[in-house]
Amino acid sequence: MMDCVEDANHDPLSAHSTASPQSPGTIDPKLEKKKPNENVSLADNSLLVDISDALSEKEKVKFTVHTKTTLPEFQKSEFIVVRQHEEFVWLHDRYEENEEYAGYIIPPAPPRPDFDASREKLQRLGEGEGALTREEFVKMKEELEDEYLATFKKTVAMHEVFLQRLAAHPVFRNDSHLRVFLEYEQDLCAKPRGKMDLIGGLMRSMTTTTDEIYLGATVRDVNDFFEQETSFLQEYYSHLKEAVAKVDRMTSKHKEVADAHIRLSSCMTQLATREQPPTERFLTRAAETFDKCRKIEGRMASDQDLKLADTLRYYMRDAHAAKAVLVRRLRCLAAYEVANRNLEKARAKNKDVHAAEQAQAEACAKFEQLTARAHEELLDFRTRRVAAFRKSLIDLAELEIKHARAQQELFRKSLQVLKECQ
Amino acid sequence: MSEGPDTPPFSTVDINNDNRDDEDLFASAVQEVSLDPEVNGAREGLEKVTISDAPPSITASLSSPIMEEIGTERPNNIIITITEPQKIGEGMSSYVAYRVLTKTNMPIFSKHEFAVLRRFSDFLGLHEKLTEKYLRSGRIIPPAPEKSIVGTTKLKMASTPSIESANGTSAAGSMQSQFVERRRAALERFLNRVGQHPVLCIDPDFREFLESESELPKATSTSALSGAGVLRLFNKVGETVNKITYRMDESDPWFEERSSRIEALEVCLRRLYGACEALAGERRELAARTHDAARAAAALSGADLHAPLSRALSHTADLHEKIEQLRLEQSNTDFYVLAEHVKDYLGLIGAIKDVFHERVKVFQNCQHAQMQLTKRRENKAKAELANRPEKIEQATNEIIEWESKVERGQQEFDTISRVIKKELERWDELRLTELRAALLRYLDEHMKHQAQSIRYWDAFLPEARAIK
Repeated sequence: MMDCVEDANHDPLSAHSTASPQSPGTIDPKLEKKKPNENVSLADNSLLVDISDALSEKEKVKFTVHTKTTLPEFQKSEFIVVRQHEEFVWLHDRYEENEEYAGYIIPPAPPRPDFDASREKLQRLGEGEGALTREEFVKMKEELEDEYLATFKKTVAMHEVFLQRLAAHPVFRNDSHLRVFLEYEQDLCAKPRGKMDLIGGLMRSMTTTTDEIYLGATVRDVNDFFEQETSFLQEYYSHLKEAVAKVDRMTSKHKEVADAHIRLSSCMTQLATREQPPTERFLTRAAETFDKCRKIEGRMASDQDLKLADTLRYYMRDAHAAKAVLVRRLRCLAAYEVANRNLEKARAKNKDVHAAEQAQAEACAKFEQLTARAHEELLDFRTRRVAAFRKSLIDLAELEIKHARAQQELFRKSLQVLKECQ
Repeated sequence: MSEGPDTPPFSTVDINNDNRDDEDLFASAVQEVSLDPEVNGAREGLEKVTISDAPPSITASLSSPIMEEIGTERPNNIIITITEPQKIGEGMSSYVAYRVLTKTNMPIFSKHEFAVLRRFSDFLGLHEKLTEKYLRSGRIIPPAPEKSIVGTTKLKMASTPSIESANGTSAAGSMQSQFVERRRAALERFLNRVGQHPVLCIDPDFREFLESESELPKATSTSALSGAGVLRLFNKVGETVNKITYRMDESDPWFEERSSRIEALEVCLRRLYGACEALAGERRELAARTHDAARAAAALSGADLHAPLSRALSHTADLHEKIEQLRLEQSNTDFYVLAEHVKDYLGLIGAIKDVFHERVKVFQNCQHAQMQLTKRRENKAKAELANRPEKIEQATNEIIEWESKVERGQQEFDTISRVIKKELERWDELRLTELRAALLRYLDEHMKHQAQSIRYWDAFLPEARAIK
């Protein structure tokens, strides 16, 4: 994604963009999710969703969701609605609370659009304007604007991927809430989460966590696979979180290294203006080199962010969703055990045995179904994750090599030109 | 520098790149300038350095015409390297000894290659002596590295050897070795600058410093906390006041123009230094964060149940550790090749300002002598009017005395003005040469860093592909 933006700036060194197509890199994991588990052909165009436009207004981002469909359940075959972030969250919550989907890994909701960091930097730049030369200020502002644009594009991509994952899923795509989300032209009643909603959300996530702990401790799960998965996911999730944090810090510092070149370049230029022509030329060329170097370093940083950090982040959220499945399964198991105990009690008292038997049978069926589904989902999660990491790491390595080559070539050429100077 | 083996046409001394540690990132920039024939034009017959024609016994305190006219373009064939900093002793009385290795074929030295041990205060002492002797003549004395009470004390109090902890260099240990390395490189540049100066290089104190195997008398006057140190501080304050209050009636516009040019250059260089330092600092921080990311990747690798992915993540961790080292090296390049070079020049500008001010003092002297002469003449006239023969004779004697003082003063002023002009010309050329060399070296080093980075990622790529 970044490559497409920056390749447009007359960069002679990158004649072609990288492996990722026009759409953001994070799209690709989605394609790989459509594994042969479900019989969905990749060429199925019966429900296509994308975010065709997005507008950033002060505190809000408005996404234009565009749908093209051949499914009869929809009123039209092509239509547009405008949605805000909260409405995406609303949709996600509807899936989460639907018991039918208990065994499925629900695609994680997209993160809230967060431009605070960019805004803060822009503000600091404005405050420190006096200390910089005009040229430096302009360049830094450019950098910040690029950064803002990148963040913006990323958030659009995250929201888009979320919808596309739902639309492509053979079960999720038939959900009525999804239809409402895509079609209903008015605002959904999901206003920015009021205090009660926020607390409600908080309570839900808290109960999930406490359930995780409590049920994990009390409910006996004889299933080896799930036991292993549970401990694996817990550990893995926390490591992913840590990794995301550390990689983020690294890439943001890398950005700052790139930006530091701006000052260096401008000081060189200043120095050049007070020298005789031959030296002036020399120093000006050196300054240009530093400027170009900055651009390449900046790209290195953003590619690391895109390929490494974003992948880690995405699978961290997915791991979280997978954990949620495990918790739901445990809850179901707990309910099953309750039904069992009730049946025993009923048999002992010889009262309402039939009802108890039926209840127990239902609970059993529910649990087995959920277990089977969850089993598949977790295996699928692993496959997806491995494939996505593989792709990201390969992409990352290729991009870094490409950038390092560009840097090397830049220095080599500069050295040649500079040595000829004077 | 990447022109291939430099074999300078020195007949007697084999001053080759081989003798210099190729891995030594911190070889003096000046050192390389002097060796590289390209920089100073094609060199022929450098064996015969004009300086050696002058009898070595000339004390250069009064610059003889020969000394002044010596062309400043030819490099002296003397190279000084400083190696093996060693901590001697323990506690507050400990100090670091540096091995000063000189390779030269200048006739004033008795050998072609020799080494001595010197400590930091010896360098400062040398600088003091040179300043005492040559500043008045208008020479630009290369400044010595700054004292650092904090850095030195830390070094003294640390236990030897500096310990490297199990997981790489400890923060404290690496700070210390950074401090020592920085100082070592700065001292090396200082000595080489003196060595390249046409007049200073044959100074007997300089010679003694390089050659004499015995310990030099401890330069206590350079100690910050000594009585002499306090006295110096007072003198410095007095000088500063003098600098501010005394307005010289400048007859030569050259000096005014140069002075303002130098001031402007200083401002520029200060900004440049700030930018270089900032870049080096950010990169160092980046290296530290890369280390953290590597650790996180390793932890992730440990938790992953899928074996091939786990292996790949482990390789990612290794890769990032290598990258961390690389980024540290890049930071060092930023710092030692560029930032320190700029800092040196800020120091040299300080030395130039000192010498300008010295000229002002000489002028003040002249004025003072002139005033005294006028007064004595008045005295004589008064005595003649009052018809006091003894007074007349006294006044006449005094007039003669002051007339000669005025003449000497005038000569001194002319000399110092002349010498400063020559020195500044030389300095200007040298400045551009060194700046060019530093930038070229900087780009070259960074180019090599990128090559290394490519090698690391190239090695990693198949590992990523191997994930099933």
